[in-house]
Amino acid sequence: MQTLLEMSGVSVTFDGFRAINNLSIAVGEPELRAVIGPNGAGKTTFMDIVTGKTRPDSGRVVFGERQVDLLKMSESQIARAGIGRKFQKPTVFDEQSVRDNLAMALKNRRGPLSVLMWKAGERDRARIEALAEEIGLLARLEDRAGDLSHGQKQWLEIGMLLAQDPRLLLVDEPAAGMTPAEREHTTDLLKRAAQTRAVMVIEHDMEFIRRLDCRVTVLHEGSVLAEGSLDHVTKNQQVIDVYLGR
Amino acid sequence: MSDTVLMPARRRLLRENPSVTWFLLALGVFTLVISVLSEGLGVGLVSTSMVKILGMTLCLCLIAVAMDVVWGYCGILSLGHFAFFGLGGYAIGMWLMYARTEIVISDSLARGTIPPTELELSEAVAAQIFGVVGTSELPLIWTFAGSLPFQLAMVVLVPGLLALVFGWLAFRSRVTGVYLSILTQAMTLALALYLFQNDTGLRGNNGLSGLQNIPGLLHVPQAVLSVWFLWASAFALGAGYLLFAWVVSGKFGSVIRAIRDNEARVRFLGYNVEGYKLFVFTLTAVVSGIAGALYYPQAGIINPAELAPIASIYLAVWVAIGGRGRLYGAVIGAAGVSLLSSWLTGGGAPNIDLGFYRILWTEWWQVLLGLGFVLVTLFAPKGIGGLFDYLVRKR
Amino acid sequence: MRMMFRAAYLAVLVALSTPLAAQTPLQDVLQAHQGAVANPSRGTVGQVLAALLAAEPPGTAEFLRLWQEREVVEEPGSGLFYYTRAEGRALVLIDIDTGAEGPEVTTRDVNQIRPNAGVRRDIGAALVRFGLTASDPARRLAALEAIGRSPDPEQIPLLAESIIDEPDARIRVRKERVLDLLNARFATDTATRVDAIEGLSGDISTEARRALNQILQTTPGVGETLPEGSNIARIRVPGTDMAVNSAYDELAGAGLAPVRPGRNAIRDALRGNVSDGAVGGVPLHRLSAPEARLEAYAGLQAAGLVTPLVTEAEIRATVDAHVFFDAYTEPDQAVTDAARAALDSTGTRIKAFQFLGITLDALSLASIFFLAAIGLAITFGVMRVINMAHGEFIMMGAYTGYVVQTFIPDYTASLIVALPLAFAVTFGAGVAMERLVIRHLYTRPLETLLATFGISIALQQLAKNIFGTQARPLTAPDWLAGAISINDIVSISTIRVAIFVLALMFLAMLLFILLRTRLGLEVRAVTQNPGMAASMGINPDKINMLTFGLGSGIAGVAGVAIGLYAQVTSEMGSAYIVQSFMTVVVGGVGNVWGTLAGAGLIGFLQKGIEWFNPSNTLAAQTYMVLFIILFIQFRPKGIIALKGRAAGD
Repeated sequence: MQTLLEMSGVSVTFDGFRAINNLSIAVGEPELRAVIGPNGAGKTTFMDIVTGKTRPDSGRVVFGERQVDLLKMSESQIARAGIGRKFQKPTVFDEQSVRDNLAMALKNRRGPLSVLMWKAGERDRARIEALAEEIGLLARLEDRAGDLSHGQKQWLEIGMLLAQDPRLLLVDEPAAGMTPAEREHTTDLLKRAAQTRAVMVIEHDMEFIRRLDCRVTVLHEGSVLAEGSLDHVTKNQQVIDVYLGR
Repeated sequence: MSDTVLMPARRRLLRENPSVTWFLLALGVFTLVISVLSEGLGVGLVSTSMVKILGMTLCLCLIAVAMDVVWGYCGILSLGHFAFFGLGGYAIGMWLMYARTEIVISDSLARGTIPPTELELSEAVAAQIFGVVGTSELPLIWTFAGSLPFQLAMVVLVPGLLALVFGWLAFRSRVTGVYLSILTQAMTLALALYLFQNDTGLRGNNGLSGLQNIPGLLHVPQAVLSVWFLWASAFALGAGYLLFAWVVSGKFGSVIRAIRDNEARVRFLGYNVEGYKLFVFTLTAVVSGIAGALYYPQAGIINPAELAPIASIYLAVWVAIGGRGRLYGAVIGAAGVSLLSSWLTGGGAPNIDLGFYRILWTEWWQVLLGLGFVLVTLFAPKGIGGLFDYLVRKR
Repeated sequence: MRMMFRAAYLAVLVALSTPLAAQTPLQDVLQAHQGAVANPSRGTVGQVLAALLAAEPPGTAEFLRLWQEREVVEEPGSGLFYYTRAEGRALVLIDIDTGAEGPEVTTRDVNQIRPNAGVRRDIGAALVRFGLTASDPARRLAALEAIGRSPDPEQIPLLAESIIDEPDARIRVRKERVLDLLNARFATDTATRVDAIEGLSGDISTEARRALNQILQTTPGVGETLPEGSNIARIRVPGTDMAVNSAYDELAGAGLAPVRPGRNAIRDALRGNVSDGAVGGVPLHRLSAPEARLEAYAGLQAAGLVTPLVTEAEIRATVDAHVFFDAYTEPDQAVTDAARAALDSTGTRIKAFQFLGITLDALSLASIFFLAAIGLAITFGVMRVINMAHGEFIMMGAYTGYVVQTFIPDYTASLIVALPLAFAVTFGAGVAMERLVIRHLYTRPLETLLATFGISIALQQLAKNIFGTQARPLTAPDWLAGAISINDIVSISTIRVAIFVLALMFLAMLLFILLRTRLGLEVRAVTQNPGMAASMGINPDKINMLTFGLGSGIAGVAGVAIGLYAQVTSEMGSAYIVQSFMTVVVGGVGNVWGTLAGAGLIGFLQKGIEWFNPSNTLAAQTYMVLFIILFIQFRPKGIIALKGRAAGD
């Protein structure tokens, strides 16, 4: 397992509030990693920094073997470099069909002209159907994404992430609002994805994390409080204090 | 299911947008019928001025379709597309005015005892064109005004380059939504103010006039010319409609609609959102310029008031009433509202006498249009086109 | 001009002398010297004048003027003096003290008093002296003004004399300044003039600058050498200061060189000499080439039919043999040098004052923008609603003012009624619009833009239907109509000062409402987090309604203010809407200070651009809009931007 993403000494301040404080974190490939922490610990801001939405005041974020500097890239360049992100709220394009949603995410050339000239080939078609099968939406390919249930939208979004074929997957609260059966399906999806790539999951639900059975990083006030297996970190006195608010 | 993917692009386009076939058919029939009824080539039931109005309306439909693509599909509420329309008009107007003046002047100078020198000729042309703004020198931008290919290139290049530069600046700094609308409005205002000045070389608020006389075709009667222009406008509208129908279908259309609905998400899918917006903005600006270049020779005159921000807002009104996000909606809106407006304000409609008050259409039409527009926005956000969708789905 | 001034001058004198009517009447003083008044001579006029100046009876100035102009008559029987007024052929006698009209007489019944030229000059001097030494300071100042406007060398000794006994320090300074003006132009010896000119240095009044500029008047001249003894202002070098050809034409005009046939003269000559389809041996069809024309002209010249062509080389040589210059009409170089230096130093001060003037202009423009935009800023900032009908609310306010004026004729009273009424009317309109339309569109901000635009065109047309297309007056009361002038360069109309004050009042009021009242607290709460505000018992619906009403009401008041100095038309709103939006956007949304900064920036920018290119307001506006477009590129959130999560993107 080699290091894929390395963040070191990153700090961000919003109007005097220090959201991320000298944060250093590293993820390998392949790896499944859970990130937990109380509200305001900086979990979402961490993802914002990696995906280019927020620029840090200081620090370094490098990605891949060639150690490319993510801080110099735009959101779309970062996405093309191989980092996919799933938002807290499911954000699929409601007005368009499941197939169009997946087709847009497919790993193809992204320039306006090549997209204008694009025609779906046999390979693309097969890939879309394979993905739809994996997320359990094969029967609904031609339906409007807006007509899907909440859980199905979450899967569609995960499917779109997989279609991008990223090396690093950032997943923000994937199990929120899901039925127990859906959660199980989601866990399977993530675990399977993590066999070939790096997956980082932000989650509040300890049960869900336990089922993921992976290394856990605890964030608090913008920096790493503890790291290790779930059992290890839940025994940590500091983590207990933070969670119980002492 | 699988044959949807493997369908050739053209058939897929027509199948995904059945309206395209219907629209092209209707446009062809319309053009044919008007030609047959016209004074110039047919039985004379439709007057030449009516043919001109219809031809101009087709140009307005074309810019409305462009506006629909940039706003209805890509979500950029541009309040500046009429500026591109006007620039196209100015570019072709320069040639029309220069070449025609040159013909007239060289005719009259040739009748003198000794033939004119080139310098005398160009001085006389300049004096004739720019006398109204108190100068007799040819401004630098008119250097190639005598060349039709050059000015035709300008029809495309000037709006295109302006849209490219402005769009690049605006999209690069991620100006979106209402801010972007106001910024485009500011651009239009700046352009109109610039053109209103006498010393900018485009005759200030006099504008360019006499554009209905086409150099080289001066012997052709206006009745016939008007039909030719109707054909040209219909062809441009058809071609533009087909082009945009192709652009908004398929994956490109998917991406720009996604940008309209959630720009940030598209960015995280790895698309360079700014590039797409710039592409759509510039492409529609170029088409608007072409529409303007066909419109103003039929109108006969162009002046800076045509470019005022209000015109671009009206354009948005047409598209909104017709129905955003469906190309035929833009055509219905532009044709319907502009024809109705010229019928009612032109005194064509009978006034209503209530006994105690006489409702004059010329006075009340704007009030009705404004209020009607509020009602459409409130109760039928998808416009007239949305009504069609509703009926089709019901059946 | 001169007559007008005189009338004003006399009016001032007469008006001022009325309260002093208890003094010895004029007629009595005159009767004491009856013979000398009736038959004035250079020998006797002195005593009359001295007596008049000593007694200073009311109406002296007018008497002197009319005496000088031969319009005083003597009634031979009584020996009394009268003014007269022509009534057909007859004359009406007018009492010189009371102004009462007497009986009609014929010209033969009275003796017209005809002072000779010398006497009249003495009377004129006395008139000046009388003004300059009058006991009333206002009359002395008025006399000084008179001299300043129609200066004359003969006034110098009189003025100099009056300075010695001048009791009022302020008037003394003024007298010295006027004396300098006179001396600078009319003194006979160079030292006095230079001295006086130096005294004028830095004086920015138009009279001083006019005096100096008159000294520096030049006339163009040309000659083979510089003329002896003339005072040369500058030498004009052909080729750099003027075109060689026009230099030659100047020589030809002065008769120093033969006239040069130009392009048009050549063409006309060719036209006049066509014979057998050719001119000067060149066939007509070739004459579209300039070389062929010259060739043909040379042919005509050889035949002696036309004025000879002057070649480039000849032009050059002739021009080189001469020197072109501008000479001062004032022959004394010491004087012109001093005047030039004085004017230069004045120039710097003028620049400074002009800068001050521009700054004041910019301030007033900024306050207009602020007034027009602040209502918009409130609605846009708090509710994220673009109100395209904002301009029409401004118009509504202005028309409210106009309607009030048709009912209340007193301008001050009508203004006092109009301001709150305009607020009430537009507040109501705003609330109605919010309830009926905008409330339903909160989730679709771009569509509020369109819906409010629909309302805007409907309102505009409605105003047109009701009030017609022509502009309606909204007249400012007299106390707002004038201008406050600091000196001859800087002045600002009172109405603009009032608008500035109004803008300050609104700023203070808004800050108070937003920061110190319950409403303001709730507005801020709704701005920052509507959901949380609602859960704390604040009704966001009510807050939105009130906010919208407040913003619209302010637009109405701004409308009254704008209407006072601009025209009230149905389209006046659209003139302000784009500027208002730009003010809000440039300043930064959701912040009163931001709007202030935006208005300041745009106002100063527009005036600043006009400062560099004063002739072209349109160009200034164009560049300003371009600047704003660029500005938004670099600060998309405006000057005062909210940061972090509060920015809400």
